[in-house]
Amino acid sequence: MVDAPPYHYNARILAEEGFERLQKRRSLKIILLVAACFMAFCLDIASGPSSLSLKNVFLGLFNSDLTDKGTQVIMWKIRMPQAIMALLVGMALSLAGTEMQTILNNPLASPFTLGVSAAATLGAALAIVSGISLPFIGGNWIVSVNAFLFAFGSVLLLQALARWRGAGTSVLVLFGIALVFTFNALVALLHYIATPEALQQIVFWSMGSLGRSDWDKVQLLAIVLAATLPFTFAVSWKMTALRLGEDRAAGFGVNVKRLRFNSLFRISVLAATAVAFVGTIGFIGLVGPHIARMLVGEEHRYWFPASLFTGALVMSLSSVASKMLIPGVLLPIGIVTALVGVPLFIYLIVKKGRKL
Amino acid sequence: MSAHPTLHIKDITAGYPGKPDVLSRLAAAPFAPGGVYALIGPNAAGKTTLLRCIAGLLPGRGEILFGNENLLHLSLKRRAAMISYMPQHLPEDVDLIVIESLIGALKASPFDQVSAKLNTVKKKAFDLLEQMDIAALALEPLNQLSGGQKQLVSLAQSIIRQPLALLLDEPTSALDLQHQVAVMKLARAYAQKGNIVIMVLHDINLATRWADEIAVLHKGKIAAQGRPDAILTPQLLENVYEVNAAVESFSNGVIQISVIE
Repeated sequence: MVDAPPYHYNARILAEEGFERLQKRRSLKIILLVAACFMAFCLDIASGPSSLSLKNVFLGLFNSDLTDKGTQVIMWKIRMPQAIMALLVGMALSLAGTEMQTILNNPLASPFTLGVSAAATLGAALAIVSGISLPFIGGNWIVSVNAFLFAFGSVLLLQALARWRGAGTSVLVLFGIALVFTFNALVALLHYIATPEALQQIVFWSMGSLGRSDWDKVQLLAIVLAATLPFTFAVSWKMTALRLGEDRAAGFGVNVKRLRFNSLFRISVLAATAVAFVGTIGFIGLVGPHIARMLVGEEHRYWFPASLFTGALVMSLSSVASKMLIPGVLLPIGIVTALVGVPLFIYLIVKKGRKL
Repeated sequence: MSAHPTLHIKDITAGYPGKPDVLSRLAAAPFAPGGVYALIGPNAAGKTTLLRCIAGLLPGRGEILFGNENLLHLSLKRRAAMISYMPQHLPEDVDLIVIESLIGALKASPFDQVSAKLNTVKKKAFDLLEQMDIAALALEPLNQLSGGQKQLVSLAQSIIRQPLALLLDEPTSALDLQHQVAVMKLARAYAQKGNIVIMVLHDINLATRWADEIAVLHKGKIAAQGRPDAILTPQLLENVYEVNAAVESFSNGVIQISVIE
């Protein structure tokens, strides 16, 4: 008889080891998401009316001397801004959605639930119908600027209403829904009085499209994201604590009101900027956080980065799909995110068999 | 301030919009360190309101002395370093595992006794689970715990910050007997280290069994406060709860209340 080897572990050691493994696994998932984003990005650049080979895309990315002039122009002037815009918009909307779900304690919340996109559409529609132009701002910017002002203003209005009557989460959601209906009614009114040309523009704008992207807009959205992210990550633990309930978090010394206010501010800047440049793009702000949650849970140190890259990935793949679904036709990406995103979303939920 | 201050509610008025004086000029005898106190009273007497007011979750006017500082003048952060409030329920559907919720409890705000280093915090969290004999739950998702396990974890989230005063809002509601005893024993053990434990209890007999002193709340004021056998009389129960009740004494000194039709 040989003595049993001394691998009797107590519960604590097992748990500690398990926790280490769990954290490594999550980090790995996030790294894989980043890699997937890069692949989707290359695919996005390669696809389009004049297809490039993936090999040419790689060559063009890393060593522009090896590709011909035409390929370079298509890549850097046309495809690249749109492909990067797809990633950035996905990140911005998904991150905004994640923050919103936590501060409102509502897994159905997304930037659009509170009327940010409806407000942006109203702002854009007003600019298109009235044909106004501001000094120092070029004609093609006015629609975006106005969309941003309205989107941002809607969140400020929400904040003010919430502050006025003490901000409960359900009150905020109800205000948001009221704003959505109000803005939608006003947009419908503008549809009614707009000239046929303006009407066409409004409808196209509200479908959401990456076609309006250029390097300036890409740069601006990148700056906004880079400026917001440190503040988001800095409150990871406070957000995690807030998941345990408002009283709980306050009992841990978290100033919940300030946390919520600052977060709403970040959400509004992110969502308003994204929507202003590409129009209404539904479901990324809802799908991104959900897929990320399924992957890494709600510990926000992992959930934030995971939803950042999930959003980017879904958006980038949608961009590819928008070019490939119907050969020769470039669908507005807002239609694709809804058509592709929703079945995917439902499949994931059903497969996981989880409640919302 | 001494290491283990006494909590003394001198005068407190608090409430909610539309109902501003749930507590009206309430005063109570001091809560001494090392003691377990039960707050009992009929529904809407203000028990939870009082706990939340002490914890700083609800603004109040007046004076609550902790040592010689008026709690009502301290910031939420400073109060959170001394006092911990455990709500009645954990929210449903939280995608966190047990150990993460404990680490989150410590990392949520900077905090004197613990360095903010993640490894120290992690160790502290595992230490506590081990002490409470629930280390095996560390990796369980919160939303898959049983009611009793959930309550133990919730208690862990409260005591991991080592508060000098631990406020528990109905810690045993909807628990089976085994878990009731487990929660009560942990609460008593925590008080024995020199801390104050105050809990709202619905079940008077649990209060008489486990608390050193009982405070009876009635219409926003303390109707009686002291050792269970000293204050719980049929007369008091009739005044406060409007029921006919008998008070029996067991040989071990514990008293038992039973309602007569």
